[in-house]
Order: sequence, then C-alpha cells, then structure tokens
Amino acid sequence: MKVKPKIMKGEELPGLLVNEIGGMHGILHDHVEFLKKHFCLITMKEFLENKKNMSKKVQAVYLWWHKPVIDKDLLQSLPNLKVIANSGVGMDHLDLKLVASFGVKMANAPCAVSSSTADTGMALLLASARRLVEGYHVAVSPGMEYCEADFLGVEVTGATLGIIGMGSIGYKIALRAKAFEMKILYHNRTRRKEQEEQAVGALYCEKIDDLLCQADFVMVVVSLTPQTHKLIGKREMELMKPTATLINISRGAVVDQEALVIALRSGVIRAAALDVTYPEPLPRDHPLLKLKNVIITPHLGIKTDKATRMITEEAVENILAALAGLPMPSEVHPS
Amino acid sequence: MEAQELPCVLIDCIGGKHGVYEDHAEFLKERFCLITMKEYLENKNFLGKKIRAIYMWYHKPVINEELLQSLPNLKIVASSGVGIDHLDLSLLSSYGVKVSNTPFIVSTDTADLGMALMLASSRRLVEGHQMAISPDTEYFPADWLGAEVSGATLGIIGMGTIGYKVAERAKAFEMKILYHNRKQRNKEEERAVGATYCKKIDDLLQQADFVMLVVNLTPQTHKLIGKRELQLMKPTAILINISRGLVVDQDALVEALQNKVIKAAALDVTYPEPLPRDHPLLKLKNVIITPHIGSATVKTRHLMKENMTESIQAGLAGLPIPNEVLL
Repeated sequence: MKVKPKIMKGEELPGLLVNEIGGMHGILHDHVEFLKKHFCLITMKEFLENKKNMSKKVQAVYLWWHKPVIDKDLLQSLPNLKVIANSGVGMDHLDLKLVASFGVKMANAPCAVSSSTADTGMALLLASARRLVEGYHVAVSPGMEYCEADFLGVEVTGATLGIIGMGSIGYKIALRAKAFEMKILYHNRTRRKEQEEQAVGALYCEKIDDLLCQADFVMVVVSLTPQTHKLIGKREMELMKPTATLINISRGAVVDQEALVIALRSGVIRAAALDVTYPEPLPRDHPLLKLKNVIITPHLGIKTDKATRMITEEAVENILAALAGLPMPSEVHPS
Repeated sequence: MEAQELPCVLIDCIGGKHGVYEDHAEFLKERFCLITMKEYLENKNFLGKKIRAIYMWYHKPVINEELLQSLPNLKIVASSGVGIDHLDLSLLSSYGVKVSNTPFIVSTDTADLGMALMLASSRRLVEGHQMAISPDTEYFPADWLGAEVSGATLGIIGMGTIGYKVAERAKAFEMKILYHNRKQRNKEEERAVGATYCKKIDDLLQQADFVMLVVNLTPQTHKLIGKRELQLMKPTAILINISRGLVVDQDALVEALQNKVIKAAALDVTYPEPLPRDHPLLKLKNVIITPHIGSATVKTRHLMKENMTESIQAGLAGLPIPNEVLL
C-alpha cells in the first residue's frame, strides 16, 4: 500500500532525523534523493547544533545500523516525534517499552530482509562445507601451498540441515535448502502449519537436542532476546556431531563465543561460519580470527543494493503511514 | 598365491598430492594387484604384460602411445571424474582399449560448487572475510554492498546433468533462468525449473546477471567465451566457470575484468591448473579462484573409487562396462 504525503503547497516536509549521511553508520548516499522527496532530512550534527529550532521539526527517526542511539534524553527532546523506523528486522538495540511510553510508534523492515539474509546463510553454508575461502588462498598463494594441497570438503546435497528459528528468514532458507535435496529439521517457539512444513519437507524438533544431534549443518536464525542469549553454548555444541558445521546469521550474542573457540579448537564440531559476532568487528587479537575452520563475514546479511533500497522504501512507507494516522505495514509493539 | 590371482592395475602413485588416497588404496588392494608407475618403470619387461587396467586418478598416469605399446594386455582405462578432454579416445580405441568415466556421481557436488561460487562472488564473501579478519579493520563500512542473488537472472551455458541441477537449485532462489545448449530440453524439463531456452548465446549473454559455464571441453567449446561474448554481457554481470579453463579466453577475461567490461568472475577451473604465480588473474580483487574442487568431497571420492572399480571389473570380465565412454 503506497501512502502519498498530504503536503499542501508552501507547507514544509516533515522532519526526519538520521544519524549522518554516508560514513560509518550513515544513510546511503544513493538513498538521499528518495528520502528528500518525502522529508526534510536532519542529521544528528545539525540537530545538536541547533536543538532549539530543530527539535520541534523532527516527526520521525530513521535508524541506519542502529544509529542514532535512542535514549530517554533524545526522546524527551523530540516533542513531535511520532515514529521510529528501523532498517532491518532486529530490534534488540531498541528499548521498545521506553519508546512506547513516549507514545512513539516503531517499525522494522521484515520484507526486504528475508531473501538477502537467507542467501547469506546459504552462501556461508556452501562456502564452509566446500572450504571455499581456504581453497581461494591455496589457488592464489605465491608459495608452495598449491603443490601440497589436496583437500576435500563435505557434501551439501543430501545432508541434514537443522534450522533454529523458523521465521520468515528461516523459512526462506528451508525453501533454498530443499532444492539441494537436504533433509530439513527445525526448532522454533511455535510449530509451523502442516502445509508449510510439507512444502519444504521440514520436520519439527520440539527439543533442540534432537535437532543438534542429527544435523550436519546447524543454522541459527533467531532474533536476539533474553531467551536466545547464549542459546548455543558448550552443552549444545557437544550435542552436535563432530562432523557438523555451525552457521550463525542471527546475532553474535546468541552463541557463546568462548565455548565456540574451544569447540572448534578441540574438534567438537568441524567448522563454523559467522556473519555476526559480538562485538562487530571482533577485537583484532580474538582467537576466532585465527582459526582455519572459521569463516567470518562482516554482517553481510542485507548488504545488497536491492535489499538496502527496499529497506528504505519499507521504512518510508511505515513513516508516512504513521504520520497520516494510518495502519503501518510493519509496526512493532513491545512484547 | 592368492595375490597373484588378482588382476594387475596400474596407478600413478599412492599418497602425496594427486596420488590414490591411502584409505582408497586399502580398498583397491583387496580387489586388484596395484602396480605404481615407479614399480612399473623399474621392471617394465615383467610388469608390462601383467597390467590389464589403468586406474586414472586426477588424470594420472598420463597415457601416451609409448605406454600403450608396452602394455599389450591393457583392456580398460578407468578415469576419475566426468571430463575426458585429457584422453586421446581415438588412440585408445585403436589399441582396443575401453574407457570409462564417473559421470553422474559428480553432478550434485559440481552444481553445489557452482552455486557456492555464484553466491560468494555476488555477496563478496572472500573480500568480506578478509575485511573481517584483517588486522587493519576498525569498523565495517555501511556502504560496502554486494549484489543480490535472489530474483536475479542466471544464464546457464550447457544444460546437461550438472547444468540442470544448477537450474533446480537456482529456482529456489527465485532466479529467472535462461539456458543455452546444443539441444533444447523438453517442455516438462524446462517448466520444472522455469528455464527459458536461448537458441542464440547472445540473447543469454545480454540478459544475464550471472553467466555460468557448465559445458564439456570440445573443439566447439574451446574459447567459447572470448572478447566478443564478454562485451555482450552486462557490466554488472558475473562469470562463473565450473567446466574447463580452456572454455574461456583467459587473456580476454583479464582485460574484461580490468576494464570493468564485466563486474567479476569466479573460476573453479583455469588453464593451466595451477596458474603461474605471477598470472594477473591471481591479483584481481574481483576474481575468486578455487583449486578445481568441483567434486572434492569425501563421499563423492569414495563413490568415484567404487564406480571405477566396477568398471574395471566389468571390463576385465568382458561384461558391459558401466559408464563406458564411447567414441
């Protein structure tokens, strides 16, 4: 549903607060023109330099990579703030109750995220199984590695994939994995409908242990909550097969990183592929960076032109709906 | 005395980089009397007459006319993998020697690797990994992006067994699939994967976001992708090669990548393998190369060994040979 802004001639566009444009955590330059069609863009720098005039103008905030940080001070200084739109689907960096207490609505961007994140999961699974990064280094190394190497990976086709977290991203992973003739197990807070299970040939494991001891690949696709914090720890990794691979595309804190280092060093599991860590990036002397059987990627999740563009479009739709007092396509309520 | 009854099979060597794996050798020794090239060369006169089959692993031992002349009782050559471009089939036929390969068991692994390379290249996985572990990295820039695979257009050149399995996998990523092949597949096969036939390769090249080469190497496919074909591709397109290095004009590819005629390439195969260490392809940021690991999984290599053993046993017994390669 497209919502057109009701702007009268001469009236100002609503103020949209963003962290910055470009740079480390800024709105992408490519998106600025599109945003300026609907909003008067105000950066944090401009806001802080001119709080008195700017504070009443801001009706919405667009978070890009979790910035600007939303705290009580900021909320108190934005009396006309109606909505905060988050780029991406994870909301663990926001105090949902605090925001709601100020009467401010929140939205995430679930639709744009799922395909590209599912693709990231599959990319990591395949790269790890077939030792793609190691292979690359052998193929381009100036030394004698090529002459010594003859390494084998593990099969993906026909292997067992255990998906922990079967939301929209997890389900898209199941759809892709099915085409690789993988046997699919899943663990989720709630069981999916029978037709949904049948469409991907997925078997529900009420107990996570059942999934862990059967899977050749364990893919973690949950949102970060107090319940999923360190969901995969020493116990869970010891339940996994020694030939199994752990893939994490959710949040670093879902995995006990110290336990993971030990498990990988001692062969408790075969390998890991992590698109997310805690923190990001890891300290440069962290043991995970040195292990041969680990692939780490810099939170690729939704980092494509297409996905980022769709995220901004989704955010704009949500903001415009909120400002017009209409139902928002992807409103998030504090649970 | 029992060991003498086992048929003698020539292999290159056991262990080392491209030798028969130690654990495979155990299996083979239960069925054959294995003779390494070294042993053969040290005792040509005696062993030459005994050798009835050659177990060719990673294209070794190399078979030439000299060798064929010294193995009067050679009946069959079992070659690992599906490609047979390294064999002179006419020559072998002229000596009455049969040939077998291992076609179908490599298909899924090779298709999987094709998908792995497409995903890794489009999402800049190798570059990303380097950034993630580099001692110089302080943060991950927000505007560092890759290209989306889901919903993009994949052009498959060569829609044999492996090409079709690539299509099956790509379909699950909601990709639009075009293909070019000597023959068009039947309607049900096309419909099952949502593939559209491009009789002219140019049509495929102009529309595809990803071009995947899955042909075998023949005189017709030699340098199939050259300067002209690369220029027809989109500047945002990525070339993936899982067939043979010689299917691509490598010099033209280097030029195309350097001049941004295409966006990137991912190659499991090159010519030669390995490339000389000073080859420009090794230095380009937008190239991923892997050391011909298309079928390199533990399970598939076991299946290869079993297939080849069956073919040799059938060949020596005068029975129909599974996976025989005919001229």
